[in-house]
Amino acid sequence: MADTIPLSYYLAISVVLFTMGALGVLIRRNPLIVFMSVELMLNSANLAFVAFARSFNALTGQIFVFFVMTVAAAEVAVGLALIVIIFRNKHSIDVDLMNNLKG
Amino acid sequence: MNLTLILFIVLAVVAVAAAIGLLVSRNTVYAALFLVLNYASVAVFYLLLGAPFIALVQVTVYAGAIMVLFLFVIMLLGAEKLPKAKVLPWQRPVAIGLAVLLLAEAVFLLFRRLTTISTPLANPAASVNSTEALRTLGMALFNQYLLPFEVTSILLLVAMVGVIVLTKKEKGEQG
Repeated sequence: MADTIPLSYYLAISVVLFTMGALGVLIRRNPLIVFMSVELMLNSANLAFVAFARSFNALTGQIFVFFVMTVAAAEVAVGLALIVIIFRNKHSIDVDLMNNLKG
Repeated sequence: MNLTLILFIVLAVVAVAAAIGLLVSRNTVYAALFLVLNYASVAVFYLLLGAPFIALVQVTVYAGAIMVLFLFVIMLLGAEKLPKAKVLPWQRPVAIGLAVLLLAEAVFLLFRRLTTISTPLANPAASVNSTEALRTLGMALFNQYLLPFEVTSILLLVAMVGVIVLTKKEKGEQG
């Protein structure tokens, strides 16, 4: 099975997924969904990494993806803890209510 | 039209549809499940690209651990459905316009030099079938990249301690 898919196809998927993640951050008001959109963007960057690693026949891309996943896990843990605290203080997690610093 | 291409197109449709579902779903639990679907299809992309280790880490860490954490917090907060907030009327069109601009920019920058990236990738089946790729990856991770690997363990420890400190109730605090 020597059939292959060009690198550009994977890059196209990665670009589309990244744009959707950015769009989700911009249009959604629920911080949990905003957070998931950030994860979607990280994921699309990982896909581009692995595709380039395949293309250049270098393992470094895969190792970088491993580190990105670790950082994403830490980031999700801290971010969700922050959301829980905000909910505890304001009894709501609407992003519009987080305006304490507004003059 | 060969088998791999058909598989690729089906996966691409599933991944993009799941991302759209994440964007439009009103219920946060549905959004999380759409994201799991997206992660699963991207994991199969990794398998197609000859990266079985990354694919398994994707399933266990992302679709497993991270999304379970998300669902746990959603249900803990009872945030499945938020009351409809007042929306700025110009926000959505501006956001969509900016997203289209971003897409156009990324496509332009990535595909300007189409000749270098449109070369077909080597046969993925060759490395998937052998354990040699996994062995090489492990060797690189624990020799050449040992220090970054250890630093990530410290990062995870700091994140864990930070989360515990953040969510700990003060003495005498109610609620």
